[in-house]
Amino acid sequence: MEPDPGKNQTIYFDNAATSWPKPAGMIEAMNHYSGMIGGSPGRSGHRRSLDAGRIILETREVLAELFGIDDSLRIAFTKNATEALNIALLGILHSGDHVITSSMEHNSVMRPLRFLETQGVQISVVSCSGDGRLDPEDVRAAIRPQTRLLVVTHSSNVTGTIQPIAELGHIVRDHGFLFCVDAAQTAGALPIHVDEMAIDLLAFSGHKSLFGPQGTGGLYIREGIEKHLRPLMMGGTGSRSEFERQPDFMPDKYESGTPNTIGLAGLGAGVRFVLAEGVEAIRRKEEGLTERFLKGLASLKGITVYGPPDAASRTAAVSFNIAGVSPSEASLELDERFGILCRPGLHCAPAAHRTIGTFSRGTIRFGFGYFNNVEEISFALEAIRSLAVGA
Amino acid sequence: MEAPPYAVFLFPSVSHALKAEKILKEQGIVHKLIPVPRHISSDCGVCLRVAVAQQGLVAEALQGLVTWERMVLL
Repeated sequence: MEPDPGKNQTIYFDNAATSWPKPAGMIEAMNHYSGMIGGSPGRSGHRRSLDAGRIILETREVLAELFGIDDSLRIAFTKNATEALNIALLGILHSGDHVITSSMEHNSVMRPLRFLETQGVQISVVSCSGDGRLDPEDVRAAIRPQTRLLVVTHSSNVTGTIQPIAELGHIVRDHGFLFCVDAAQTAGALPIHVDEMAIDLLAFSGHKSLFGPQGTGGLYIREGIEKHLRPLMMGGTGSRSEFERQPDFMPDKYESGTPNTIGLAGLGAGVRFVLAEGVEAIRRKEEGLTERFLKGLASLKGITVYGPPDAASRTAAVSFNIAGVSPSEASLELDERFGILCRPGLHCAPAAHRTIGTFSRGTIRFGFGYFNNVEEISFALEAIRSLAVGA
Repeated sequence: MEAPPYAVFLFPSVSHALKAEKILKEQGIVHKLIPVPRHISSDCGVCLRVAVAQQGLVAEALQGLVTWERMVLL
């Protein structure tokens, strides 16, 4: 079915930013909390407070199941992956430490690291290939005696390039420092197992492939690391109220102030949807859509595609350019003439665009999701063809 | 003197108490979450009340899965 932009009918290809639509259960769970529960979790002993706390515990438990985490209390909730990454990076790294990262990182990693650099932290940005791949041997070569942390994205938000996380994790573990993974693009979209991948710190967002609402995310912290990880914020936790010192245990150490219970109710429902459908089935569908789109683009003239050529090496975000049309012009045309919603520009990841050679022009990014279908891909390919021909 | 009928398990936070509640529910052990009695702690949280006769069973069920701080006879 062709969308009618005049009737607000759209094809939503901005799932790499925020997934849409959401499973029906997500909206029901948020309505249920708001209308039927409403209390402050962890703050009182009354039934509405306890029910609110149970909702949050359930969300922790399903996330722990999804990521292979033994104890769900090892997950601290945050408002997004950015906050989780800031807790990890600003909390672990001190003057004199050395940190390794890749040249494909989002500003949620690069900006805290550039700040830490002014505070005396040494940074090595390991160059990736032109399609965004990080070679584990290059990481090994960058290790120094002062190396405290490797932080890398599981998959680039620009090219979708999937990094060899398990291989990197085992290199880090062999050398005895810490491994932080930015799973903003992959939580719910690719299998993640914190033990098998030797991940010490896992930052994830709730509003992308976990089908939660915006304002949800979290940080998994391997047992023992919290002893050396300073919280970003301190305040009321509902626990140890008689003390003026911040609790030193998970998850309270990193969860000050009343949480986003309505959002976490929605996130729990989103994760239950992911578990019910199965990450493998979700991956198969998204990989199929991506493959179809990549094949279609390859047959068009005047199109440059970035990232690995095969769908198996990438998540469902595809960056491309149309000769003679700027990314912002193209996205405006796609929206207004065809009802296709996507994201142009630098995607908050200037380092990644430098790596693939698209700084400062940027790219058009299509971010496919589980609710997209092949008809939408075919329609979009026709729309792109007409823009390329008209250029 | 009669033995106290209940014991309470005190946890570091409500999250821990709720996780313990879930474990006991799954194992079918009778329990109740109650506000922490003032004479035990000034904390504003909740604790898990069980029959004294069940305290060993409860401790065994929670062992290794969720940490508790103290067990107190009421």
